[in-house]
Amino acid sequence: MIWQLDIVFLILVVISAIAAISVKDLLSSAILLGAYSFLMCLLWSEMGAVDVAFTEAAVGAGISTAFFIGFIYQTTRRTKD
Amino acid sequence: MDTAQFIIGKFNYWVYIVLMMIGFYAMIAKRNLVKKVVGMNIFQTAIILFFISTSSKSGATIPIIQNAHGDAAGHAINVAQYANPLPHVLMLTAIVVMVSTFGVALALLIMVNRDYGTFEEDEIYETLEVLQLKK
Repeated sequence: MIWQLDIVFLILVVISAIAAISVKDLLSSAILLGAYSFLMCLLWSEMGAVDVAFTEAAVGAGISTAFFIGFIYQTTRRTKD
Repeated sequence: MDTAQFIIGKFNYWVYIVLMMIGFYAMIAKRNLVKKVVGMNIFQTAIILFFISTSSKSGATIPIIQNAHGDAAGHAINVAQYANPLPHVLMLTAIVVMVSTFGVALALLIMVNRDYGTFEEDEIYETLEVLQLKK
């Protein structure tokens, strides 16, 4: 575990989490949530949990972003907050 | 233990609490139902971050035994050299549960959108009040 890398990833994770819940467009929110999941995946591979990291990359970042984008095309991307 | 080491050495845990509260805030304060689901996702990821942080040690490598089939097979394993794999396995299940709850929530939200045409809580309440008055 490299603590300098750890702190950089953790700060980026917090920034992308705040951005994902405060952006005023659901498609941007979906993409920011995917970026958040990929940053989490980097964090876990850096902490030595490689199995969790590739599951997160495939399932958390890949499949749920695809679900979210398909969901937005089925419904609407409008949001007030 | 001095203050700088207390903050930097436990930085994962501070960030875990911050992320958990960001997700909790989104679940409670946001008026949009999709934003609430995003907040739930962030909350669950924060809990996974806590468990993975408990498993990591300084100077440890990934939990795969070196030379397991070679000449060193059968030798004693120094546990301090490897990250603890038990929280990893538990959190692997938690990721799968997270994605399946996310999928079910999106399916329910598609039905909500089909009935009310919106994701905003206040607009849904207005439609519900109109329906109550008609009865």
